[in-house]
Amino acid sequence: MHDDHEHHHGHDHDHGHDNRYTDMQARVRALETVLTQKGLIDPKAVDAIVETYETKIGPKNGARVVAKAWSDPAFSDWLKADATAAIASLGYTGRQGEHMRAVFNTADTHNLIVCTLCSCYPWAVLGLPPTWYKAPAYRSRAVIDPRGVLAEFGLALSKETKIRVWDSTAELRYLVVPERPAGTEGLDEPALAALVSRDAMIGTAVAGVPS
Amino acid sequence: MNGPHDLGGQMGFGPVAPESNEPYFHADWERRALGLTLSCGAFGAWTIDESRHARENIPPACYLSASYYEIWTRALEVLLERHGFATSAEIASGTNQIEPAVPKRILKAEMVAGVLSKGGPCDRPLETRPVFAAGDRVRTKNFNPETHTRLPRYARAKTGVVEAVQGAFVFPDDNAHGKGENPQWVYTVVFDAAEIWGEGADPTLTVSIDAWESYLERF
Repeated sequence: MHDDHEHHHGHDHDHGHDNRYTDMQARVRALETVLTQKGLIDPKAVDAIVETYETKIGPKNGARVVAKAWSDPAFSDWLKADATAAIASLGYTGRQGEHMRAVFNTADTHNLIVCTLCSCYPWAVLGLPPTWYKAPAYRSRAVIDPRGVLAEFGLALSKETKIRVWDSTAELRYLVVPERPAGTEGLDEPALAALVSRDAMIGTAVAGVPS
Repeated sequence: MNGPHDLGGQMGFGPVAPESNEPYFHADWERRALGLTLSCGAFGAWTIDESRHARENIPPACYLSASYYEIWTRALEVLLERHGFATSAEIASGTNQIEPAVPKRILKAEMVAGVLSKGGPCDRPLETRPVFAAGDRVRTKNFNPETHTRLPRYARAKTGVVEAVQGAFVFPDDNAHGKGENPQWVYTVVFDAAEIWGEGADPTLTVSIDAWESYLERF
């Protein structure tokens, strides 16, 4: 059910899902038509919102924050003490990033972010959440079986590693700062940022290694 | 409410199945659903807490089989009708039939960048001092309200430790129901997995929630 998107890539056709997507297409179109007729919405504003989240706000923002934290100890300290202000200094503010907290992985603790109650996610630094983050499998299991969840992402932590799961039940939004990979001493911030995936900043991955 | 949204610890949903190179949207209607939800939020007629509660009230069988943009859309329809902007008959037919309520604001294209970069902070000044401090042992409330709450079922009547005082924030349990913002102190409270899940819990696991002060009592 939550792999609906699969059907749009040509796998496993299930006509129940196709019908559901067709129904939603009609439903949302009718909604937009009525609201536009009433003068309550500006379809160009809808376009502008979509364009913002498709092209301007995404995990590259968060990767730049992490790369700077790796490179600049003063920034790292600031990020630990006041993540909202430190992140705003790079120009990332606003919706679903109003109250930020950065949590740092260490040699013995791995952090994982979830919202069991809805889909809270740090949009200002990571953009819109992936489908799996909002779906029941992840939301139900992250808090009880995080190792099982991480294994599904191909991440096997050592048995001794402590796992801290942060359930975003209030208005704080969490960004995981993964550990800086070995062998990256000579890299500048853009090269470091390229090693930081969206999943590494949710906690379902670790940072990549330089190729 | 003990709705379908309160998923922590439930079982049977299968593997997570991450998608490589996932696009932001899997159908064009999802784009419009995002834009419409944010545009209508700008009316100023309901709060984020009321919209969350509208999503939680989607019947469980529907909620659990819907994509998240479908959940948003269904809740938006409820909010639009409740606040007098559009009826379900209008939405079903795609035709305008009633004179809508007057929104506080209509989001125009040129306002979008400013509105998104400003966001909607929900921290509030509070005269009272926080009751708890980092290091305090606390027990969460045992309750089952039919109304909105952000204390998940798995974390009720559990003992944990306050890790941080995070500031004072709008209280969603009241705000979702038009009872005012009534801000309270919010704390990050950490639980050992064994306290939450009991027998067989992962000994390396701790879980934290962010809890409003009235969810907690000193232990």
